[in-house]
Amino acid sequence: MEHYTMNLTLKVWRQKNSNDKGRFETYQVSDISSEMSFLEMFDVLNERLIKEGKDPIAFDHDCREGICGMCSMYINGRPHGPWHANTTCQLHMRAYKDGDTIVVEPWRANSFPVLKDLVVDRTAFDRIIQAGGYISANTGNAVDANAMPIEKDKADAAFAAAACIGCGACVAACKNSSAMLFLSAKVSHLALLPQGEPERKSRVLNMVQQMDKEGFGSCTFTEACEAVCPKEISVTNISRLNKEYLAAGMTVDK
Amino acid sequence: MKFLPGAITVCWQAYSVALKSHLIHFRMKWSEFFTSSVGKKLVMAFTGLFLISFLIVHVGINACVFADIYDDTDNGEMFNKAAHFMGASYVIRLMEIGLFIGILAHIVQGYMLEAQNRARRKQGYAVSMGSKGSAWYKKSMGLLGTLILLFLIVHISHFWVPSRITYETTLNQVSYNGREMHDVFSKMVDVFHNPIVVVLYLLGCFSLAWHLLHGFQSSFRSVGVHNKKWMALIKSVGVGFSIIVPTIFALMPISFYFDWVTK
Repeated sequence: MEHYTMNLTLKVWRQKNSNDKGRFETYQVSDISSEMSFLEMFDVLNERLIKEGKDPIAFDHDCREGICGMCSMYINGRPHGPWHANTTCQLHMRAYKDGDTIVVEPWRANSFPVLKDLVVDRTAFDRIIQAGGYISANTGNAVDANAMPIEKDKADAAFAAAACIGCGACVAACKNSSAMLFLSAKVSHLALLPQGEPERKSRVLNMVQQMDKEGFGSCTFTEACEAVCPKEISVTNISRLNKEYLAAGMTVDK
Repeated sequence: MKFLPGAITVCWQAYSVALKSHLIHFRMKWSEFFTSSVGKKLVMAFTGLFLISFLIVHVGINACVFADIYDDTDNGEMFNKAAHFMGASYVIRLMEIGLFIGILAHIVQGYMLEAQNRARRKQGYAVSMGSKGSAWYKKSMGLLGTLILLFLIVHISHFWVPSRITYETTLNQVSYNGREMHDVFSKMVDVFHNPIVVVLYLLGCFSLAWHLLHGFQSSFRSVGVHNKKWMALIKSVGVGFSIIVPTIFALMPISFYFDWVTK
């Protein structure tokens, strides 16, 4: 692919803190390389803002390899930008051409309050995991890998669900701000494996309860989450979560 | 009726004993079970599936109006007899109460969910996602449901109210083999000669088709069907159902308006 440079207009959400009302600010950036990543373009802009003595734009990022789930920009009406199965950090400027205008917003959901500019508070996801997204096991010597046979199809489905990086794009895309794709991935990946069996029922009930406490909406299967998920988590997991919830809720003792 | 509370207690005890086999230490009362975000969707799905089963009965009974196409002497006899059967038996009248409860639960829960879900994002986006990722009708179940509700009010006042409440002044009587019954068929002839009513009914059927196109498969997913083989079957059957049932319904006002089933 041929290298080129471009001049762009950025409309970026600026908000001092969670109490500030916030507003869009427009920035012109020039000589952006087509081989830069989207976040590198923001780095260039921030360097300039710092030189000018202005407050740089706050945005979340960590690994910049598409595996940590930290980056979170809503770019031109789509979480993580225009590319399929991609995180913002892996989006490259070759997706744009000279003269383009790019609107960048934070995730929008009551449960993800804006902390500053494009940074939102996603600790609601952590609390959902704390409610049951784990297995309790006495540690000791590592068990032999082949001691517990698992059907290949189930292992694959569990692995695909476990690929969720908890970035929150599903919530950002959902018209109901529902966290069901995230939750279903976390419940499915353990429900499909024998290690998840002992806490299977309490896990799903506790995690759904915590999700509701955090104020996320319910799932109406519009499938927008699946379309934007950087890890291609399937909405089939949501059906599985519903089955787990139904089975657990109907059979708990009291 | 005196023995009913006792019978319920016995059933509950038997159920509790059956559950002893897998004790786990977590509380979830029925009220909590049906009011969580997943539980509310279960209510929507179960009532939705119940209403789908009602549509099958409704479209089947109403298709009797087409008997005239094969038998010139019918004049609505087959339909009137079928309508009489649906009103004359206490068993079916009791089921009718269940139907109204189901419809009401679906409507009330639907609106409550829509309102709650909308409130989850107080500050919206400057650039909306639009149809990127999900089709318009999947995101418009509230709107489509409202159109169906408006249609339903008109529809109930056209046919259900006259045949159950005000029949003495609004319906003709007809006699088959010495048995008197309401002539609902002639009521249909009357109602469907108004072009505005015909258009309204067609809009109702159109809304129903899109509502079903999402609702049919989505309700199965909400109650936990995730098996690929079954989902493929349910999705295909759902598309067929969403086209065929509203089309047969739509054919009724059209047939009466153009006198295809009357002479």
